[in-house]
Amino acid sequence: MLEIFQYGFMQKAFLVGLLIAIITPCIGMIVVLKRLSMIGDSLSHNSLAGVAAGLAFGFNPILGAVIFSVTAAFGIERIRKAFPQYAEIAIAVIMSTGIGFAGVLSGFVKNSANFTGFLFGSIVAITDFELYIVIGLSSIVMLAVLLLYKELFYVTFDEESARLAGVPIKIVDFIFTLLTAITISISARTVGALVISSLMVLPVATAMQFARSYKQTMIYSIFIAIFCTMIGLYISYYGGLKPGGTIVLVGVLVLLLGIGYKNIIRKNFLKKVSKGKTI
Amino acid sequence: MKNLVEVNNLNFGYKETLILKDISFTIHRGDFLGIIGANGSGKSTLIKMMLKVLVPWSGEIKMFGENIQTLKSWNKVGYISQKVNSFNGSFPATVEEVVLANLYSKIGRFKLPHKKHKEKVYEALEKVGMQEHSKSLIGSLSGGQQQRVFLARVLVGDPEILILDEPTVGIDLKAEEALYCLLARINKELGLTVIMVTHDIGAITVHANRLICLGENGMFEHNPKEGMKSEFVSEFYGYDVNLHTHKCDKCDQGEVKSC
Repeated sequence: MLEIFQYGFMQKAFLVGLLIAIITPCIGMIVVLKRLSMIGDSLSHNSLAGVAAGLAFGFNPILGAVIFSVTAAFGIERIRKAFPQYAEIAIAVIMSTGIGFAGVLSGFVKNSANFTGFLFGSIVAITDFELYIVIGLSSIVMLAVLLLYKELFYVTFDEESARLAGVPIKIVDFIFTLLTAITISISARTVGALVISSLMVLPVATAMQFARSYKQTMIYSIFIAIFCTMIGLYISYYGGLKPGGTIVLVGVLVLLLGIGYKNIIRKNFLKKVSKGKTI
Repeated sequence: MKNLVEVNNLNFGYKETLILKDISFTIHRGDFLGIIGANGSGKSTLIKMMLKVLVPWSGEIKMFGENIQTLKSWNKVGYISQKVNSFNGSFPATVEEVVLANLYSKIGRFKLPHKKHKEKVYEALEKVGMQEHSKSLIGSLSGGQQQRVFLARVLVGDPEILILDEPTVGIDLKAEEALYCLLARINKELGLTVIMVTHDIGAITVHANRLICLGENGMFEHNPKEGMKSEFVSEFYGYDVNLHTHKCDKCDQGEVKSC
């Protein structure tokens, strides 16, 4: 059962998966609570354009994804200022730009199988260099989320009051945008650019069913993301499936189970209450 | 009396329409100032300018003797909005987490809260009678309770000025009266300066010591001790208003919490 850990590429895949599972819900939680869940989709399509650029012009595709994704994230912020009441316009414009670039640049990629690996993730293709990029950037994201914990909480909960309390809103927003772009682009290899936004949302949605505080929601989200990633990688290895899709489907199943369990608890509670009234 | 806020010759509008025309007034330490006026008279706009969200076309606002455009000590200013209407009810945060957030400047950048910070949170919650709900999710509370929590969040930062923009919108009459009584007590006991925008002329006339009325013909100040007449309110609202004021006996006796 544990023989998959004998293989070096699987060890890398699990390590990368673990790191991504830790950072994705940390960012995803803020994205969900700010009601900007589509931002993940927008940035992932741009990271895909970066991957295509990297594969087409001979530089590391993960680096390409980071550059494109970060540029796109700041593009969203810039356009949002032009349409302050319609944040989704900025997201749609940048997503369309990303799709456009990805479509055009993919035409220059000689090995299309390599490009497809980034769409839904690939566990066998992680190079040592990419592993180091993921370790380095994940550590930065984790440290930043930890250091900016109370700033991110306050800005997400009530931006106006946070400003009055002295939180440097613009700096926090700038760093968060950067962290989101980095998280999405480094996840492209293992989970896949097309499914990363789901991994940002699903564990958070499941955690919100049970958590009794902001801190608990974050901790539960991380554990759920780790669980889904590990199980997803395991199943994808033995089933010969795409890891990204498998991880997300496990995540959907866990969410459905969570919702179902909560409904059962609620029904039992209502039964108890109505019995109490009868007595 | 020391001037905490000075508004001098303020002008502001949206596009081609001038909303606030040559507004000037001062607010002293310990005042409970009510700002009333019809919709579109510029009450909330005035508050937004006091909070530096909007920049006036001309004129200036000073707080603590300093122009707010260069003011650094914003942590001395507490603000409560129409939270019940704009607040994300499913936000997974406890009452304790919400109040603790406003201790940001006291905790410091990149630092975690200590025991003394949590004690301060409980003190603030006690002041508004919400200490028993510290572990409850903010979204699980009623509108009136949520406003009390937001009041505690402001109080925990030891502000000198408390600005409220229609805080009773969306909460029932009982909770509304309780909030007014609580504000009156905080104003008297803690000496906190309160600036409150409201449509509830009856209640604000009872609790505030000064009233600013905004209308089409600019602003004027009214002494609430002289009472409020329907004809007078109708004049600056621009339509007929029937006014019913009431005396809050429990507040006057100091029995605020049960009010």
